[in-house]
Amino acid sequence: MSGVPANVGPVSDDAVLVQADGLVKRFGDFEAVRGVDVKVHRGEAFGFLGPNGAGKSSTMRMIACTSPRTAGELRVLGLDPDRHGPEIRGRLGVVPQQDNLDNELTVRQNLQVYGRYFGLSRKQVRARATELLEFAQLSDRADDQVEPLSGGMKRRLTIARSLVNEPELLLLDEPTTGLDPQARHLLWDKLFRLKQQGVTLIVTTHYMDEAEQLCDRLVVMDNGRIVAEGSPAALIAEHSSREVLELRFPIDQQQPNVPLVQDLADRVEVLPDRLLLYATDGESVLAAANGRGVRPTSSLVRRATLEDVFLRLTGRTLVD
Amino acid sequence: MRPVGLVLEHLWTWYRRNWRATVVSSVLMPLMFLGAMGFGLGSRITPGPATHYLPYVVYLAPAMLVALAVQVATGESSFPVLGSFKWDMRYFAITSTPVSVDQLLTAQALWVALRILVSGLAYLAVAALFGAFTNAGALLGVPVAMLAGMAFGSWVLALAASVNDEGVTFGNVFRFVVVPMTLFAGTYYPISQLPAWSRPLAWVTPLWHGNELARAVEFGGMDGLTALGHVGYLLVLTAGGLLVARHRFHVRLKV
Repeated sequence: MSGVPANVGPVSDDAVLVQADGLVKRFGDFEAVRGVDVKVHRGEAFGFLGPNGAGKSSTMRMIACTSPRTAGELRVLGLDPDRHGPEIRGRLGVVPQQDNLDNELTVRQNLQVYGRYFGLSRKQVRARATELLEFAQLSDRADDQVEPLSGGMKRRLTIARSLVNEPELLLLDEPTTGLDPQARHLLWDKLFRLKQQGVTLIVTTHYMDEAEQLCDRLVVMDNGRIVAEGSPAALIAEHSSREVLELRFPIDQQQPNVPLVQDLADRVEVLPDRLLLYATDGESVLAAANGRGVRPTSSLVRRATLEDVFLRLTGRTLVD
Repeated sequence: MRPVGLVLEHLWTWYRRNWRATVVSSVLMPLMFLGAMGFGLGSRITPGPATHYLPYVVYLAPAMLVALAVQVATGESSFPVLGSFKWDMRYFAITSTPVSVDQLLTAQALWVALRILVSGLAYLAVAALFGAFTNAGALLGVPVAMLAGMAFGSWVLALAASVNDEGVTFGNVFRFVVVPMTLFAGTYYPISQLPAWSRPLAWVTPLWHGNELARAVEFGGMDGLTALGHVGYLLVLTAGGLLVARHRFHVRLKV
């Protein structure tokens, strides 16, 4: 893992790398981001969790200094993106939502061409490309064209490319969307390694498991606003019970059962195919419900997740 | 201007792998037209006032160079540019680096000009071998062709930054603008042969101004003021296209 990132400069560990105050992005009449306040510290893995259209990507593009803000204050690496865009971009790594690789170049050329943009010499980019190919486990495909690679390989290459300049801050917009479970775990492993090396990560995702795995701290976004903020554990503790009892019923049978279980739980959510009962002890609630004659087709007791937090805060599930 | 050079290096990296495909449309096609029309059909044409009393192939050769320039400019400014926004989204990757949108556009426009230059020189060399060019003045036809090509290509750049279809618009540009322009704007015969009412249509095309200039630098017979007028018109057209393209690039890349 030699030579991959952690360009930790002569700044103290609690340095603020990103600070946004009242950040707004408007597209014509549509307000995508409506006054967002965030602070990301060096070394942190910070997440934006929210459904599609919540304003995560717009926020990321403003931080990446590719999209000018409409209003509010923003400092990235202590600088104003409006005035120091190129300088800031030179110290960032960006993994966009959709891979924007050069499909007609080879894997290696993608890394080399991109590295040149950050002021590396031809010799430096050759060395750097070799290291990153290793990191992304793409060494044996180095001189193949990008086009026929699998989705997971292209994603790894995009991430490798974003590291070519040893960025201080890595922005990942939905890094694993569209990948199969195996490819996702491989990517998470890569991101963990980066985090351990001290690279500051900002991740957007609509997967709770991804947010829980990767993020030290996250904000939940909905409709362009931040609706909650904290560590995954703190958010669950604050906004949900410890356990959740899921009761599945045949179609349209869950509503008549609501009055029977209402008082057994702290809260009941009615989803199209099941009831969610929030309680400290799921098993005892299940026993009590059975005692009252509630007969679900199946039941499950699980620990609360960020999905439950999101459901509580917005009344909707994340991925629909 | 180092970032501009790096974008050119990037485009060159692509071109080095893919240049073979471009040779057919940018060099062979104009040579085939020169062969068929200039040498073939031209063998039946008696030199006269319409051909400056020159053999037809010699009359045609500089204009084919300008037609080539417009063809190459349109090709390079259309699909590759749309694709860089829409398909592989290369431009978004480039502007995530220290490269600015203006630097990117500058490099892309320079790339189009360079492609015209290289194709034009290749065409010129081969055509000269066959005796289609008569004097060294023909070399000045290359910068003329670059200017005429950019006067059209800059607007195609602007269009490519504005459309979001699968290339239907470009098909129409070729069918309804580039081809008619090549047929009716003085490439194969002087526009004095056209009905008077239709001549203003030829006057607005960059191709006609390019044809006039390209023939003038080789055959002479144009006063300085007229030449200045042609050059001025092409420069204004180029600048206008680039300004619109610049606006469209900013709108599309800074979302």
